[in-house]
Amino acid sequence: METSEELKLLGFWVSPTVARVGWALGLKGIKDYVYVEEDVMYNKSPLLLQLNPVHKKVPVLVHHGKPIAESDVIVKYIDETWKNYPLFSQDPYEKAKILSFAKFGDKLYADAFKAMWSRGEEQEKVVKSTIEELQKIEEEIKGRKFFGGESLGYLDIALGWISYLLPIWEEVAFIKIFDPIKFPGIALWAENFLSHPVIKEKLPPKDRAVEYFQERRAFITSIIYG
Amino acid sequence: MAAVKLLGFWASPFVNRVQIALNLKSISYELIEENLRAKSQLLLESNPVHKKVPVLIHGDKPISESLVIVEYIDEAWSDGPSILPSDPFARATARFWAAYITDKWWPLLTEYRTAEGEEAKAAAKEKFFEGLVLLEEAFVKSSQGKGYFGGENIGYLDVVLGSLLAWLRVREVTQNVTFLDKTKAPELAAWADRFTLNPAVVNVLPKTQKLVDFINSFTKAS
Repeated sequence: METSEELKLLGFWVSPTVARVGWALGLKGIKDYVYVEEDVMYNKSPLLLQLNPVHKKVPVLVHHGKPIAESDVIVKYIDETWKNYPLFSQDPYEKAKILSFAKFGDKLYADAFKAMWSRGEEQEKVVKSTIEELQKIEEEIKGRKFFGGESLGYLDIALGWISYLLPIWEEVAFIKIFDPIKFPGIALWAENFLSHPVIKEKLPPKDRAVEYFQERRAFITSIIYG
Repeated sequence: MAAVKLLGFWASPFVNRVQIALNLKSISYELIEENLRAKSQLLLESNPVHKKVPVLIHGDKPISESLVIVEYIDEAWSDGPSILPSDPFARATARFWAAYITDKWWPLLTEYRTAEGEEAKAAAKEKFFEGLVLLEEAFVKSSQGKGYFGGENIGYLDVVLGSLLAWLRVREVTQNVTFLDKTKAPELAAWADRFTLNPAVVNVLPKTQKLVDFINSFTKAS
């Protein structure tokens, strides 16, 4: 029986990559761990810098004193260590398809984030490619409740940010990418995803998140556009 | 036994990654050379999302993304020698470094090549060597005194980093910089020679002159 000192998660309240780890732990029924909120914007703790010296980022999971960084690496570690509620199909090919598609999701994430802070022609261009990429996600979810089928899986965790963060970025940047009329499959998935008890309890408060990204956007645009 | 095809390009280090993994498992496969300026129907159908090589086609099942393919090979041919370690923490460490090498460190080489001005070039070079030192430390920890990241035998991280050695050596020639600096990374320098001569690798990594000619053919064409 593990004590709470044996599992620790260093995180940041609004980070979608931290949320992934929280969701994975939640789905496995692991509640007994220490959560450490890091002030990643202004004051990273010595602990974080010691545990993730290469990237100096959250999430970091510490298990039996050993740190693991990078959300996809952590989620796979969780899945391989706690065998209940498997996050992947047992079939190597199905698993490979999921992992390959998750990589595509990373590209969508980077483009959507850029669409949030960019301006003018640059923004128009990246908004257009983000919409095209979202179309592939729509094709992938089609007809299914979750990407994992009847229950949540790795891909739902990896793409979860689309359901609640993308609308916030759209609001903050006055852009439209995720039109529920054009993406009915994703819209339905988002509803199911966000109402799942394990997911719900790890979502950041919306107003605070909007404020946070307004600030982030202002900061980034001041650096890039002067 | 379902047939194995690899859609690839001889000069691509990411294709080389997959070839080495297939060789480690003694899997026979058909290599289909793609013309990346005129991608085949098979490639576009097999990898509609990324439209890139490598694509492994096992029977009729296409798998894309080099790191995903290597893990797939390890799992689908589970009775061959293991590529990834079995311990979950060791696997996490290997995956962490694989992502660092592929997403952060390797692009620094391009950053150096394309940097404009002395200052920018010096900065990029410094970042590259900082990364090299990190990888040297990772090698020492992972190898535990043996010859490879994987210990006695080639493992996942050997394949991930080793597949880049041909291009690293070419860039040493074309940029006139010793990127695999043995004063900064003595263990890695020794490992590089050892890896390149390993039977699973020796016929896969393109020879330096062939790659130099390949680069020159591009610069002439442009």
